[in-house]
Amino acid sequence: MTKLSLFLGCIVPNRYPGIEKATKICLDRLGFDLAELSGASCCPAPGVFKSFDKASWLALAARNVVLSEEMGREVLTICNGCYASLEDANLELKGNPDLKKETNEYLKEIGLEFKGNTEVRHIIELLYKDPGPEKLKALVTTPLDLKVALHYGCHLIKPSAERKLGDTESPVFFDELVEATGAKSVDYTDKMMCCGAGGGVRSGHVRESLEMLEHKLACIREAEVDCIVNACPFCHLQFDRGQLAVNEEFGTDYSIPVLHYSQLLGLALGASPDELGIEQNAVQNLEFLAKIYEISAGLR
Amino acid sequence: MSEEILDMLKAAGLDVLACMHCGTCTGSCPSGRHTSLNTRRILRDARKNRDAVLSDDSLWLCTTCYTCQERCPRQIPITDALLEIRRLAVRKGFMLPEHRKVSELVLNYGHAVPLDEETKKKREELGLDPLPETVRKYPDALRDVQTLLRACKFEELLAEK
Ligand code: SF4
Ligand code: SF4
Repeated sequence: MTKLSLFLGCIVPNRYPGIEKATKICLDRLGFDLAELSGASCCPAPGVFKSFDKASWLALAARNVVLSEEMGREVLTICNGCYASLEDANLELKGNPDLKKETNEYLKEIGLEFKGNTEVRHIIELLYKDPGPEKLKALVTTPLDLKVALHYGCHLIKPSAERKLGDTESPVFFDELVEATGAKSVDYTDKMMCCGAGGGVRSGHVRESLEMLEHKLACIREAEVDCIVNACPFCHLQFDRGQLAVNEEFGTDYSIPVLHYSQLLGLALGASPDELGIEQNAVQNLEFLAKIYEISAGLR
Repeated sequence: MSEEILDMLKAAGLDVLACMHCGTCTGSCPSGRHTSLNTRRILRDARKNRDAVLSDDSLWLCTTCYTCQERCPRQIPITDALLEIRRLAVRKGFMLPEHRKVSELVLNYGHAVPLDEETKKKREELGLDPLPETVRKYPDALRDVQTLLRACKFEELLAEK
């Protein structure tokens, strides 16, 4: 089985540690060989750093990849942004000898060298390929009777020429992984639309970012789901903390729970909501919490 | 007016000349529905080497969702071109104060979103080490990140022009 190192990025370890815990629980229960990636930094965030300066974006991303190269492991990301930065940097450096040479000049300053002998993975494409939705379904011990609004997030599937995960207008692979847990992935208006956080918009233009989010939330509310599921802590933060900001800014009363896929899968593999940090979210929806505790205790 | 913008795009292998003005990019843009961002106009200004595009605030309203790039019937690498234009804008000194701040966080802590006390507690509640296995825990690793950024002259780029 693939040997992996866990790349945490910034938002998971520093804001939503429940996602870190959930990832470890899931991969352990699925029998993956997952090691810590010690000393890694910000990926760095693709929307901002890639917008500022290519050389430093590449150098920092390359350093993170090299740490994993040296362990002889593939890099596992649990964030679309980290995936975008590390995967794009890895591909560019592997495919462009001049860029690789230039980046290695910088890396030499800290005694590292990018060799180009590892891969960057995202937890969703990893699980889709192995074990895949069918086998995963057979491993579920606690089928989840939940209606879910799935948010793929942009950088998991786009740009498609690099990601090679197929159709970007109405993909299904992630929905299949959601449904493997027993949950139902409900269709909703503008499902493939961006959450509004990326590209430095959330940090630079907060009001506009929240307007985009409000539109998504309105569409999701219409679908009458139990929760939102994502595969990116930045989308997660936008949906969770951003939801409270939307309520404040626009006088709305959204209270839609938000789960990273690792937390949804963790529940289905028998972990309890508190082990997975679900209660640590900003959105506190007691009805939902009661429901998942009942599911996890086998009461429904 | 200089030839700078188009030349830079060309040097990066980004061809934006084939645009047929269909407006698919603008029509597909999740940001443009709510904000002043007009993707087609930005590309047109870039094609015409209009320096005004570099100081155009709407350049920073793109979430880099790549929808326009996926849908462009002429396969123009729109989002990649926007990123390239942003980088030129930054070199010219156009950078939002909030973005300077995020950059400084990475310079100082190695993280765009550094650890806070509240999350340390949450980590402990979950039975995780209060300090994550990142640069946060390893001062040598943080120094490496800072050395690397210095080698790339990142700080100079941040200096207000
Ligand atoms: S979608 Fe492509 S061809 Fe159409 S206006 Fe935009 S850049 Fe031009
Ligand atoms: S990548 Fe930017 S310009 Fe293109 S559709 Fe998305 S937000 Fe709009």
